[in-house]
Amino acid sequence: MSFLFKDKLTGTATVMMLIFIVAAIFGPWISPNAKEGAGATNVDNSYIGPGWQHLLGTDELGRDLLSRIIYGARPALLIALAVVGFAAIIGTLLGLIAGYAGGWIDNLIMRVSELFLSFPPLLLSLVAVTFLGPGLINALIALIISWWPWYARLIRVEASIIKSKPYVEISAAMGVPDRIIILRHILRNVTTPLIVQIAADLGTVILAAGSLAFIGLGAQPPSADWGLMVAQGRNLIFDQWWISTFSGLAIFLAVLSFNIIGDALRDHFDPRIARQ
Amino acid sequence: MKILWNRLSSALLVLFAASFVTFTLARVIPSDPSLAYIGPKATAADAAQLRITLGLDQPIPVQYIKYLGETLHGNWGYSLSTKQPVLQEIIDRLPATLELVFFAMSFALICGVAMGVYAAKYRGRIQDSIIRILAIAGVSMPAFWLGLLLQMLFAGRLTWFPATGQFDIDLKYDNPITKITGFPIFDSIVTGNFAATVNGLHHMVLPALTLSAYSFGLISRMARANLLEVMSQDYIKVARAYGLSERIVFFKLALRNALPPIVTITGLSTAYLITGTFFVEQVYNWPGIGSFAVNSLISIDYPAIMGITLLAAIGYLVINFIVDLIHAKLDPRVWMR
Repeated sequence: MSFLFKDKLTGTATVMMLIFIVAAIFGPWISPNAKEGAGATNVDNSYIGPGWQHLLGTDELGRDLLSRIIYGARPALLIALAVVGFAAIIGTLLGLIAGYAGGWIDNLIMRVSELFLSFPPLLLSLVAVTFLGPGLINALIALIISWWPWYARLIRVEASIIKSKPYVEISAAMGVPDRIIILRHILRNVTTPLIVQIAADLGTVILAAGSLAFIGLGAQPPSADWGLMVAQGRNLIFDQWWISTFSGLAIFLAVLSFNIIGDALRDHFDPRIARQ
Repeated sequence: MKILWNRLSSALLVLFAASFVTFTLARVIPSDPSLAYIGPKATAADAAQLRITLGLDQPIPVQYIKYLGETLHGNWGYSLSTKQPVLQEIIDRLPATLELVFFAMSFALICGVAMGVYAAKYRGRIQDSIIRILAIAGVSMPAFWLGLLLQMLFAGRLTWFPATGQFDIDLKYDNPITKITGFPIFDSIVTGNFAATVNGLHHMVLPALTLSAYSFGLISRMARANLLEVMSQDYIKVARAYGLSERIVFFKLALRNALPPIVTITGLSTAYLITGTFFVEQVYNWPGIGSFAVNSLISIDYPAIMGITLLAAIGYLVINFIVDLIHAKLDPRVWMR
């Protein structure tokens, strides 16, 4: 794991990601005001600026912003893991089948995924979540809908390359069942590009989920969701600037650290790119 | 010629399929679209009548064929919220968005390539690290948040730039823009309306900067990586050994061969800008397609959503097509495929 600390930037990103993970797991215990973090209002304390009492200030309902942001870490990380996880599972499965089977099955699966990829990124998710109805779970489904084809395409290419390697052809000639070949020989050899892609996507998904929440199509109040919190502070940006600024900063830092770590992982597993 | 034909036919297929996807999505909505049209106070009989008028009572395949025919004839339906023809709304708003994208992309391309070249030149030094951080920050920054920050800082605190809008409100009385092409800044330049040009550009700075952050990040990283790869190749070493000046080696030999991947990433990031405009226009109250799209999404204005989705798919196709053409121009081997 030493590559996670290979230079100052990557080391900083790793530490930052660890902080977010700790916040996501231990949020209720480490936030200054757990009740307000979970949503309890305290209207007498509205709009207190950042200071010793409230490090990052309070929001319009008097809730301690730092606590809210710590509480927001859990949904942010969970949605990233869930979207990338499901997209990777669906995409890998279809990609493996397409790459290994070839012929019309390959054609069918790839044409369908190309269809999904013919829309600009995020557009399909936006449209899907609109028609499914706003909400965290629907946002999750909508993001999976537009994310799996990337995995299907990636894995299919890898699988069709490995399929034509002599050792796979020999196994098939020896009568090894397809299922075993796919699991033992092909799946194992696509794990590296898969991990690199997953690492690169986690940050992008946090960004996408934040964007959906910002325009009101993701998590709904009173959830502690970073994108939603930026939206709630939007009209106050000139006076109570801290609400949107710090909530958005949380998204930015989370995405930034995931992206830097994704780069490090890619360089680690694929030295060909790193040398450039 | 054959390639062009193949391209065109597959493009048509994609559009056909795209229209099918949007149509299907719009028809599986749990909520009844006719209710959105007449409002919550309407009676059940009114709703039933409207379903017949809108053709919602017919079987889905029939509806789809009808929709396709109407779309091809330029009838994209009526927006449920503005009650105007969707195509008209789109045509009215497209120029504002295209001008925004033009300025954002120009900025991203010029700064991205310049920074990439600079970083490659000072590889491993402090300049390189700073540009690397800027580039990763650019692709990690939520556009809506960057927009709010710039508004707060440059419009609120420093008052250097206006916070929202495309022009000052009183401009249309003092210096109205004569409509020629519909592109406001372009028209103001052509008609010599200097005050409007300055005012428009002044309003353009913050939104264009916000929109360009992502593309800037992508382009500068790609430019740096490709230049370094090209510079390490043998023909560059040979050219240097021949004593060609560093300037000629860099700009004539290296940069030209590093260009095709930069073109690809520029095209790709322009495609990202399509949805990027949604958020930037929303924050800056920009009267373009993006803010129309967000409002349609929020109010489940399904004819508008279908129109915008189709337009975006067309835009995406066109961008990819242009990228391929430029590629072929820069690298003659592409035609041989």
